[in-house]
Amino acid sequence: MYIYDHYDKTLLEERVAQFRRQTESYLAGHLSDDEFLPLRLQNGLYIQRLAPMLRINIPYGMLSSAQLRKLAHITRTYDKGYAHFTTRQNIQLNWPQLEEVPDILAELAEVEMHAIQSSGSCIRNITSDEFAGMSSDETEDPRPWCEIVRQWSTLHPEFAFLPRKFKIAITGSETDRAATQVHDIGLQIIKNDAGETGFRVLVGGGLGRTPVIGTVIKEFLPAIHLLTYLDAILRVYNRYGRRDNKYKARIKILVKAWTPEVFAKKVDAEWLHAKDGPATLTLEEIARAKSFFTAPDYLSQESFNPNSDNSISSELPVPFMRWRDRNVRPHKIPGYCGVFLSLKPTGVAPGDVTERQLEAIANLADRFSFGEVRVTHQQNVVLADVKTSDLADLWREAKDMGFATPNIGTLTDMICCPGGDFCSLANAKSIPVAEALQRRFDDMDYLYDIGDVSLNISGCMNACGHHHVGNIGVLGVDKKGQEFYQIQLGGSAGTNATLGNVLGPSFFANEVSDVIEKILQTYVDHRIDGEQFIDTQRRIGMAPFKECIYAKAA
Amino acid sequence: MQKLLDNTGQIIENDPWVIVPKDFDGPVTKAHSLLPLQYWLDTPSNPDQELPTGIWFDSNEEPETVAEHINRWACIGIHFPTFMDGRGFTLARFIRERYGYAGQLRAFGHIIPDQLFFLSRCGFDSFLLESPSDEMDPELYFDNFSVIYQSCADQPQPLFRRRA
Ligand code: SF4
Repeated sequence: MYIYDHYDKTLLEERVAQFRRQTESYLAGHLSDDEFLPLRLQNGLYIQRLAPMLRINIPYGMLSSAQLRKLAHITRTYDKGYAHFTTRQNIQLNWPQLEEVPDILAELAEVEMHAIQSSGSCIRNITSDEFAGMSSDETEDPRPWCEIVRQWSTLHPEFAFLPRKFKIAITGSETDRAATQVHDIGLQIIKNDAGETGFRVLVGGGLGRTPVIGTVIKEFLPAIHLLTYLDAILRVYNRYGRRDNKYKARIKILVKAWTPEVFAKKVDAEWLHAKDGPATLTLEEIARAKSFFTAPDYLSQESFNPNSDNSISSELPVPFMRWRDRNVRPHKIPGYCGVFLSLKPTGVAPGDVTERQLEAIANLADRFSFGEVRVTHQQNVVLADVKTSDLADLWREAKDMGFATPNIGTLTDMICCPGGDFCSLANAKSIPVAEALQRRFDDMDYLYDIGDVSLNISGCMNACGHHHVGNIGVLGVDKKGQEFYQIQLGGSAGTNATLGNVLGPSFFANEVSDVIEKILQTYVDHRIDGEQFIDTQRRIGMAPFKECIYAKAA
Repeated sequence: MQKLLDNTGQIIENDPWVIVPKDFDGPVTKAHSLLPLQYWLDTPSNPDQELPTGIWFDSNEEPETVAEHINRWACIGIHFPTFMDGRGFTLARFIRERYGYAGQLRAFGHIIPDQLFFLSRCGFDSFLLESPSDEMDPELYFDNFSVIYQSCADQPQPLFRRRA
């Protein structure tokens, strides 16, 4: 994991001091609401429906046990004892007091964490693949590059007042677990024929009101040019992105208006001026960044005693086997695996964790996974380096803490935004819909039979719940003050990302579970061997689903 | 009351420059007028042949249109219609770094003290604040940070080339 040196630490301390002064100046009436707004946003602080909300960055999803304990302490001391993992590898506090936010930021700085640019019209937290460094399909570990980009973007003086927020994701694998195709910039690490590292650069992806899949504007960007090229993209966007209408201000609108070809040309022309200049990465800097993400001390395979591998003992109970099938992933090192801690048990808002659970995750990380975890954009937690021989022990402990719901990748592993219960922009509640679905589909046999299916819920068009890229997407809409839910089918955030299509007229909240059940039944009726939900849906299209759902009503 | 600051937060005394509004269409007779871009383009016998004048750009205007003239002006202004309009940051870097402009670069319009640090990093060296509070200590805003990561107009070497 990256370790801050005195430069990084000093910058965080200075940032905390600056925000303390800004907050005091606001409270003393020297800064207007309008003027304080971008300052607090760029420190992660929203004013929400019920209280301020503080969004804390978890750069590329990595957390140490010390950081987890600090987060637990903060939620205990400054909040109501729980926090919420978001869909962009951030964690949110829902009840901090404005006056105490500088103290919270100071506590975070002690463990090398911050909320810099976690909201506002600026470059946001850099997200990545939760299996970075451990998956066998990886071209290269994306995390050193994420850290390089994090430092470049932190307090970038030119890009603090962009037309709109700006999100960058980096993946190093063929299988895209970072949703790079639906980010303002998606970077995919690839090697050219000469074996050199570079990036395939996508721009203009995004969800929200106008969902778009990103377009490749550079097939191979040599790695040393990463920052000068990013500067060029951001500069073109900063100058020419629309500022007259916030719904048309994202880079995707500019790319569409100009066409990706014209946009790419403009970026290239801009880039020529900076290319090979001082912002060009040095081999020393790349090596320095990589030095923080070396493999932990894996035991060699010979040192595993096959008899001690209690995970393959036939005496283990069925629930364990199920959990192992659903929540455990292969690792490139034999004898190791990655383990999901599910934050989606029935009755808990997806992504919510209590302070006790944060402590428990820290303890599990220390005991089973070299003291580190990753948070995922599906709002779960991954222990990335677990010995397979420890699985049974880990399972028992995870179960006691409520993390062992064996539902990863299934219908109840939903993505869900905070919605109308917390968010002032919401058209409808989303958490109660998620909960109703969890209760309806709590039969594990049924869920396993259905297999992999992603269900994403957003409480409004802003799409924080990524409903466009759920195999099943649920969107809260408001009609004359009443909450309705629109259903979409066929979205996918994976390697070949697709956007869902609207099924038809919307439903009342109490109809949603029935509709989802019919959708699943239609899939079961039509699937052929080995097909997952998305495969069947892509093959048969929307019509059979529409027939089944709207037939009777018509 | 307006305050004109330099990039250390000191008040600039006896500033001669006067910003000429966009809709001005008479003859320029005074030295040290900051002319709107379009006025300068539209005025065939440009007054700065005889008088020392400057020019100013609005946030949506393109310095490219007068690239070859940039260094004839002793002062260039960049207007911020609102402090949320960040185009001026890019324009400043553009003028400083691409065209190597060495004269005075002034930010005016709606800017707020908390932007002074970023503005000065992008190459501005004078700042017209419309209504700063009396309690404001300008110097405070220029040395918020001793650490800067990126290459910019004030420091072309990014931290990774200076790290020790
Ligand atoms: S999708 Fe809408 S309701 Fe949900 S968190 Fe985002 S803005 Fe709020």
